[in-house]
Order: sequence, then structure tokens, then C-alpha cells
Amino acid sequence: MKVPADLYYTKTHEWAKVEGNKARIGITDHAQEALGEIVFVELPQVGDELSAGDSLGAVESVKAASDVYTPVSGKVVAVNEALLSSPGDINADPYGKGWMVEIEMSNPSEVEKLLDAKAYEELLKEEA
Amino acid sequence: MAEPKKTPLYDEHVKLGAKMIEFVGWWMPVQYTSIIEEHMKVRKEVGLFDVSHMGEIIVEGPDAFKFLQRLVTNDVGKAVGNRVVYSPMCYPDGGTVDDLLIYPQGENKYLLVVNAANTDKDYEWMKEQAAGMNVEIKNISPEVGQIAIQGPKALEVLQSITDVDLAPMKFYTWTHGKVAGIETLLISRTGYTGEDGFEVYVEASKTPEIWRKLLEVGKTAGIAPCGLGARDTLRFEASLPLYGHELSPTISPLEAGLDRFVALEKGDFIGREALLAQKQNPKRQLVGLEMIDRGIPRQDYPVTKGGKEIGQVTSGSYCAYANKNLANALVAYGSVNVGDEVEVVIRGKGNKAKVVPLPFYKRGK
Repeated sequence: MKVPADLYYTKTHEWAKVEGNKARIGITDHAQEALGEIVFVELPQVGDELSAGDSLGAVESVKAASDVYTPVSGKVVAVNEALLSSPGDINADPYGKGWMVEIEMSNPSEVEKLLDAKAYEELLKEEA
Repeated sequence: MAEPKKTPLYDEHVKLGAKMIEFVGWWMPVQYTSIIEEHMKVRKEVGLFDVSHMGEIIVEGPDAFKFLQRLVTNDVGKAVGNRVVYSPMCYPDGGTVDDLLIYPQGENKYLLVVNAANTDKDYEWMKEQAAGMNVEIKNISPEVGQIAIQGPKALEVLQSITDVDLAPMKFYTWTHGKVAGIETLLISRTGYTGEDGFEVYVEASKTPEIWRKLLEVGKTAGIAPCGLGARDTLRFEASLPLYGHELSPTISPLEAGLDRFVALEKGDFIGREALLAQKQNPKRQLVGLEMIDRGIPRQDYPVTKGGKEIGQVTSGSYCAYANKNLANALVAYGSVNVGDEVEVVIRGKGNKAKVVPLPFYKRGK
């Protein structure tokens, strides 16, 4: 299970890559593995305003639908539209080609409340 | 919650690297590699399923026929010789207790195969209904393993390790015979995938040997072990009902579109009066939906037409062979016709779908 050291994580298995006041967001390797093959992705619109913890969209495998929650508040500035036609990118490359949205953070201090890689690994151990 | 039970093939699944889940009190493989790959294997080549979790109940005694004829909705008179009969089993109000297969086992004896989730409930229900009848009911589920081999190459693979001449067997018939040199309880040309195939019932302890042998001799035909995930998408794509979805204590077999398995003319049986009333004055019907908008319909999602709720989804999925997002929906009778546009409410938003004929998939002859 890959847990890159340079990302932040949530208890609901999203990751955030923070650069300046922007955060790129997706679901973790653990989340994609647990879901199985992803066959459908729903994304927000560019310009949507979201608060931390809001649903930003959904990923669905053959078996199940799962909401994806934004770890940080702000405005959606980019969505990965390639996922609409190739949702399997999330399985193949959850931290790379499988990114879902980019958010311009309205409150960058929220990042401090997220889990770091070590804390997320602990969480996975507890859940196992 | 009690620890889930293990089928005789549990260790085989673990060795094959299956993703194991708890399903109605059993540890079962949901997939080995991928639900979609396994689905396509069965449509195009051959797949192997562990269905040992299914329940097996023996009904035996002088009143066995009379008892069953009253217990289930289909005509048990058709369950003679080597014929297998599918039937729903209803409550007096027409709601469904379960759906099952009936195997005649000679004079005054029948084997019933029921859903794993319902085995205990069915057994209790049957015992209650047997009061005053000269019939013995035995739950032999723990002693029986069951393997399903399904797909266009199922016959070829199974034939290579059985003494039974499989080709002349008709669909929905059964026979005795050996597989991999092991005497089986029975071999049946049945399945739950919409493909040709066989189900092998065998003593629990001997199940792993047959499983391993089928995987070995099936290699050249491209055999793949398949999990519950593919079993569900295959049955759904072929429009076979699943208890808890299309059938339930609040959904009758008539509402599920299973009219041809409800023999209203056979004489009295449990639920007949209620079902007759439904037949004369139907309230709900099962329809097929194909999504026009993006989105995957799931069980219980509301279905609306012109902004008004007309029913709910009973099963929905992405279907790999059809390559479409499809659903079954239980809707107000007569509220839609094939070709109509409706909406499926997914996460609070209406998504367009059209009404299509069932089944979604039917294999070529």
C-alpha cells in the first residue's frame, strides 16, 4: 500500500498535495484497492465553492458507490476530466493520473488538521 | 456477530489470492482479479464459482409431493425424473419467502436448493408448514459442497473429467455421475449467469479436489475462478432475480415478472389467493432501465417520471458485456412503456434513463 510521504491525508481516505495556496486532491491507494475497479467518477464544476468535509464528488466501483470529501475549503479551480472517460486511472495511479480536483484554499491553516503520512499509515494499521 | 462460516473451498480461495468478504454469514471470494474480467470470462469462455454457501434441504416422505405443491408457487408436478424446477415460495400475502430449485430424487423425495441468506429461515418456515403432514425435512447444507462451471466452454471442460455424456443433457436437467473420479451427489445443467453451464453437488470434503482439477484441466480453455461480484453482475445482466433485490417479503413473484413460475391453476398453495388478486389487479411491475445520462443506478434509488416518483431501483450496475449502466426498477403498474424516458435520482439529482425490454442479455443458441 503506497502512502507517499509528501502528501496529507484524511480519515476518509482522501489525499491532498499542497503547493502554496492550492491543494490537489484524490483518493488513496488504500481507498482504490478497497473499492475495486472504478467504473464511474463524478466531479464538481470548476468554480464550485466547497467547505472542508463537503462531498466533492463520487467514485463508483462495480459493487459500490463512495462519496469523496474535500479535505480543505475553497474554490474548485481544476477538475481531472480525463477521469470521466478513463475512471480506471484512479486504480492504476491514484496519486498521479488519478487526481480528481484542484482547490484554491480559502483557509490554508486547515492543512494543519490533516494527517501526515505517518499518521495515515497508523490509521490503516488500526483499520486492518 | 458470529465469526463467518467457511465453505470447503475457503483455503483454495485464499491460495488463489481472492479478495474475501463476509456475505450473509459466510467468508466468500468477491473477486480474484477483477469483477469485469471475470464477468467477461464467463460470457466468452468459462468461469468457476464456489456456490457451497447455498442451502440444501431434503424433503422426504409419503406427503412430500403434497407438501411441496402447497409450499411453492410453481407446479411441482413438473419435477419428475431428471427435471429441475425453479420456483418462488410465498407467504400467504404473496410476499416472497425465497426462490429455490427443486430436484426430484426418486419416489417421495426432493432436494431443495435455497439462498444462503435464507437457509435457516426457509428451514423453519418449511417445518412450520409441514405440521400434520407425513414428511421429513432435513437441512443438509453443511454436508454439501457446490461448484458452478459456467460459460460457452463449460461443457468442454467438465466433459474432460466426467463419465457422464453431457451434450445430450437439456438445460434444467440433472444426472448422477463422477467428476475427477469422485462420485458426486448430482450434476445439473443449470446456473445463474445467463450462460450454458453446470452445477456439481458433492460431499463437502471432496469439493476442493474437484475444484482444483477443474482449474487444472480448464487451463487451455481459459478457465478463471470467479467471485460473487461477477456472479451478481452476470445474473443481473441476464435479468435473473436475486432475493433481497427483485424478490423480498414485500415483493411478490408476479411483481418481479416471474408469472411463468406461478402456477395459479395448479390448485391451492400458500399465497395463491393474494397472487390471484394481484394478477387481476396489478399494482407494481418490474422494468428494465438503461441510463442515458452518466451515473450508475443502485438499489433503492428513486425513479421519477415527469417529476413524480413512480418506483425504485431494485438492482443496478455497470454491465461489462452490455457496456452500459443498467437497472431493474419496481414501478407503479402501467406507469411506463418501453421507450419512455424516466429519471433515476442519484445523490439527489435526476439522471435520464430510458425504459428498455428485459432481459438485457440473452445468450445466442
